[in-house]
Amino acid sequence: MSIPSDLRYTDQHEWVDLNGDIATIGITQYAADSLGDIVFVGLPPIGSSLASGQPCGELESTKSVSDLMAPLDGDVVEINDAVVDDPSLLNSDAMDAWLVRLKFTAIPVLLDASTYAALVAAG
Amino acid sequence: MSRQTALHSVHTELGASFTDFAGWSMPVRYTSETAEHHAVRTTAGLFDLSHMGEIKVTGPDAGRVLDRAVVGTPSRIGLGRARYSMICNDAGGILDDLVVYRLADHDYLVVANASNVDVVATALSERTTDEAADAQVSDKSQHCALLAVQGPAAVTILAGLGDDHVTALKYYSIARTKVAGHDVLLARTGYTGEDGYEVYCSPSVAPDLWRQISAAGERYGLVPAGLACRDTLRLEAGMPLYGHELDADTNPFEAGLGRVISFDKPNRFVGDTALRRFRDLPRRRSLVGLATSGRRAPRAGYDVVDRAGNTVGRVTSGAPSPTLGYPIAMAYVEAGHNTPGTELAVDLRGTREPALVVDLPFYQRPSA
Repeated sequence: MSIPSDLRYTDQHEWVDLNGDIATIGITQYAADSLGDIVFVGLPPIGSSLASGQPCGELESTKSVSDLMAPLDGDVVEINDAVVDDPSLLNSDAMDAWLVRLKFTAIPVLLDASTYAALVAAG
Repeated sequence: MSRQTALHSVHTELGASFTDFAGWSMPVRYTSETAEHHAVRTTAGLFDLSHMGEIKVTGPDAGRVLDRAVVGTPSRIGLGRARYSMICNDAGGILDDLVVYRLADHDYLVVANASNVDVVATALSERTTDEAADAQVSDKSQHCALLAVQGPAAVTILAGLGDDHVTALKYYSIARTKVAGHDVLLARTGYTGEDGYEVYCSPSVAPDLWRQISAAGERYGLVPAGLACRDTLRLEAGMPLYGHELDADTNPFEAGLGRVISFDKPNRFVGDTALRRFRDLPRRRSLVGLATSGRRAPRAGYDVVDRAGNTVGRVTSGAPSPTLGYPIAMAYVEAGHNTPGTELAVDLRGTREPALVVDLPFYQRPSA
């Protein structure tokens, strides 16, 4: 499974790409595989403020509904409309199908790739 | 630690994702549950259902015991035939829904849901003792694997692996025969709304049987299929799932299962007094189909509301229907709101989604 070493992760199976003061957020392939075929993606509106650890959207698969949790504090600057239009992009390549871009001020505490890989391996 | 079926390593080799279901580690999907669902509707799917419970009831009084224990009349089932039935408690609540097969005069196979095997085996044993009957109840679940081949290509696939019994077997019938050289009980039953078979066999032969069926079915489009698609298949077919549409507090008439109950059998049966009362009283609620048009689906536990916003029911199962292309659900709704065509709504986590009451089943196979 693809767990790129240049990204950060959360125990909620989300990946975060930190670039300057912008964080790009998605779900990991492990999360996408666990959810099954994703049929609906609900994302926060541009301009909304997210609080780390709080639900900020939802992912619905044929089997279940899951909250998308904000991995860090910040303001939404961009959302990926392509994934909203075609949620199956998450199943085909979750690492490519980013969801939300945030502008953040404080450097967040996140997992590195090896810690996240160990968490996935532990099931 | 959840239990594994005899096919666990086969599923692992196939790259299955597993889920815990009724204490068993079961394959939930191999690739995409939507693709597996479509395969069962258009070609065929191969399922491992070894978590299901198989209980034998044998002996001279087996038929009389079952007539008392379940709501149908197993003593009247023809040899080699099957009936869908229920086992109820004294209050008329449903302990489980069952398929009862009559293998021989005094030899019945009762197939129970995995979560209820112990409850059903215990109830059958107690009801045998109560009758002072000459019958034995024996839970064979540990010695029995179950594969299902479901879909329009199922007959062609199994015909190539067995003798004339395979194609001659009628719907809701069962026969001892050989499939791929192995002794099996072959039943023309299923839980998908498609034609197909359920194959009861010894766990020791299950992996070879699985591989031979897979190999023979490949050119007909057969794929391994997990429990995720089984759930959407049975939902489209309007079939209840114990724990969702049915439980010990469910009045069978409200579940639309009154037809399964035989009030004309010669002797008393467990729950008969309560069930007669249920039959004669107006229904407070009934199980209906709901169809919505958005992308988000009603899910078990969501409230159903009327146009004025009053809660009039609750969803028991719901999912996006792969065959129909829109979300469907089953729900119990109060009397007066259950007529097909009634416009209701489902509370989707705070958003009110319009929902139309529709006839069950949502899907029927073209030839049926």
